[in-house]
Amino acid sequence: MPKISLNHMEASILLALLISVVLGVVTKKNDKERWNYGLYCFGCFMATLFGLGWLMKLGHG
Amino acid sequence: MSADAAKIPQPAKPNVPITKWLPVVLIAWAIPGAGHVYLKRPMRGALVGSATIICFLFGLMMRGAFFEPTTGDLLLTLINVGGHVANLMTGIPYYLATWLGYNQPDVAGHVHDYGSKFLVGAGLLNILNMVDAWEIVTGEKD
Repeated sequence: MPKISLNHMEASILLALLISVVLGVVTKKNDKERWNYGLYCFGCFMATLFGLGWLMKLGHG
Repeated sequence: MSADAAKIPQPAKPNVPITKWLPVVLIAWAIPGAGHVYLKRPMRGALVGSATIICFLFGLMMRGAFFEPTTGDLLLTLINVGGHVANLMTGIPYYLATWLGYNQPDVAGHVHDYGSKFLVGAGLLNILNMVDAWEIVTGEKD
């Protein structure tokens, strides 16, 4: 098994992408809603990621 | 939904026997996405199954540790037992990895730490897959 080393940003985006795919597929009833909800979840993950990232950066001064 | 519509009694859902839904849930647990394929939803099965497997493989490649069901204080028990249950929920991929000798100790480092979370995340995603397969087989969802 190869070994990989992702940084915080890469790991977070990858996890957000995979979770968004599953959430989109299992929670909605047709393909359009699935796409929309998957993209919405991914957008929320990204907003949280960047929001908390900046909050921590500003908090540290 | 209007107030009148909410008052209309809904017909009771047919009680699906356990012999019908249990095999599907077990298949969905054992092989991520297989429950959907078994229920003739191959595209959905491929999507959720591949997302779960990719999450698990990245966890392995990042050398994440599997949780052991050790107990201690409440928080430690919750984390370790909960993490172990989530690992088990990945199904055959988890057992395959352990049978093939994957035994990564829990060491410090953000890559290992993310790896452990990816492994737990794969199990949690598979729980969603199992619930979705159960909803399909009981007729709650198409």
